Amino acid sequence: MKEKVFRQIEIYPADTSKMLETPFIGDIKAGFPSPAEDFVASAIDLNKVIVKHPSATYFARVNGMSMETDLSEGDLLVIDKSLTPADGKIAVCFVDGEFTVKRIKIEKDKCLLIPSNSDFPIIEVNENNDFLIWGIVSYVIKKV
Amino acid sequence: MFALVDCNNFYASCERAFNPSLIGRPVVVLSNNDGCVIARSNEAKEVSISMGAPAYQYQYTFEQRGVAVFSANFSLYGDMSHRVMNILSGYSDEQEIYSIDECFLNLAGINEDLHDYGVKMRKHVLKWTGIPTSVGIAETKTLAKLANRIAKNFPERTQGSYVIDTDEKRIKALKWLPIEDVWGVGRRNAKKLKAIGVNTAYDFSQLDRGWVLRKMTIVGARLLDELNGIACHEMEPVESKQSIATTRTFEREYRLFEEVSERITTFTVISAEKLRKQQTRCNSIIVFIETSRFREPDEKYSNSIVVKLPFATSSTMEIVKGAIEGLKKIYKPEYQYKRAGVVLMDFVREENVQRSFFFNSNPKHASLMSAVDDLNSKFGSQKIRLAVQDTKVWKMKQERISHRYTTDINDILDVNI
Repeated sequence: MKEKVFRQIEIYPADTSKMLETPFIGDIKAGFPSPAEDFVASAIDLNKVIVKHPSATYFARVNGMSMETDLSEGDLLVIDKSLTPADGKIAVCFVDGEFTVKRIKIEKDKCLLIPSNSDFPIIEVNENNDFLIWGIVSYVIKKV
Repeated sequence: MFALVDCNNFYASCERAFNPSLIGRPVVVLSNNDGCVIARSNEAKEVSISMGAPAYQYQYTFEQRGVAVFSANFSLYGDMSHRVMNILSGYSDEQEIYSIDECFLNLAGINEDLHDYGVKMRKHVLKWTGIPTSVGIAETKTLAKLANRIAKNFPERTQGSYVIDTDEKRIKALKWLPIEDVWGVGRRNAKKLKAIGVNTAYDFSQLDRGWVLRKMTIVGARLLDELNGIACHEMEPVESKQSIATTRTFEREYRLFEEVSERITTFTVISAEKLRKQQTRCNSIIVFIETSRFREPDEKYSNSIVVKLPFATSSTMEIVKGAIEGLKKIYKPEYQYKRAGVVLMDFVREENVQRSFFFNSNPKHASLMSAVDDLNSKFGSQKIRLAVQDTKVWKMKQERISHRYTTDINDILDVNI
């Protein structure tokens, strides 16, 4: 709320935070100019490549073998919550009180959670389970 | 039209976002040093745990009712707030972040159905962050606040989004809202108003403007206008802070001057870093110390002092020097100190600093400080300290803190698969 009744005048400081840009030629040196100078671009930023929606992106670490060889112990998961769940996507799911990561297959009245490692069983979840698709895995970062 | 978007039980919702098993369970969050309850989920409100309840008195209730108890995890809440605000900024050209969990949006020029627009933004925030919000939309900020309250109280009927866009809806809403819950009416004013039969926002809106102006100044008159649909409060740009305070209650009591001065130094270091971040310098500081309030009267002592610095500075070393001078004046060796703090004030923007003929901040400090800030931001805060600071990183009592899921790579979600 701006209460200006008691103030007769207001003094505003000059804004010197921005500089007036004047054209500047740069260092002038004798000799042949570098032919690469016109082609300078900024270095590759992996954040821009991997994190498409910063406000919706979270990270998690893998613990366990059920998704070998897609995901291995210690892999870093990039999870994008903005993505819509779809068949074949790898999702971070919350089933009956615990997180897990599986490939999802959505069917009528149920959802199948399919491990990549065939030593592990397919989990079927239906309306009787406490089930939530927390986010979709968009990238996996592995140390090799 | 203005929208007020407010996160529902924000701190508890942040905990739930990374631990869905807490959904439907009562959740409380405790203040620094696990002292008292500062946030509650709806379920915790239902088992009548009050705001500010001292944690030790409620141990039994917590256990009996299966309440999930957390130490405040401000790095997590800050980051989640940033995400929410960032998403909402896409819904308006003008956003005013009002607090960690609420913001106003100016909806001028939005041609969609506003109720649906509100539903759309809350769905977006929920999907991307897991944080539930409520949206209130109206002609004035005060009415938007009221609409928000209706959305929060009737989530099913409103889908979490409520628009006051007709006089009929406005009057119905005003009649529903008790006078003490009107935004900007303090408890004292509410008491006075009730004494003369003003019990609801509607009763208030019917008062004579001249009378309100006389009794409650221009502030009251504006409130009256706002409730009647005349906008008085525009969007306010975010300004840099006018003071920066760092205060803490200690884990245990300190008596030695070296102990207390180490704390004061560390608080000053933390504050000075924030001061430089917003590119300001300070001209004065307040230092205060206190004994525990549970001490006997003759063992109680508290004092504070304002230290005027010889020049505007943002150098940690120079501000610390002033703070310690101040502490020397108020410290008494016979007491046990439980709490202390440092407040930096009288700011001047870096570019407006007046050079004095005799005394100036040491210009060498500026580059040193920016180097220190860079290193600390790369390698963790407080990695580079003043020699008088404690070598151990001082630990707050945070026995039940959740992970810093979004701000520390060593603390991210672990999923068993």
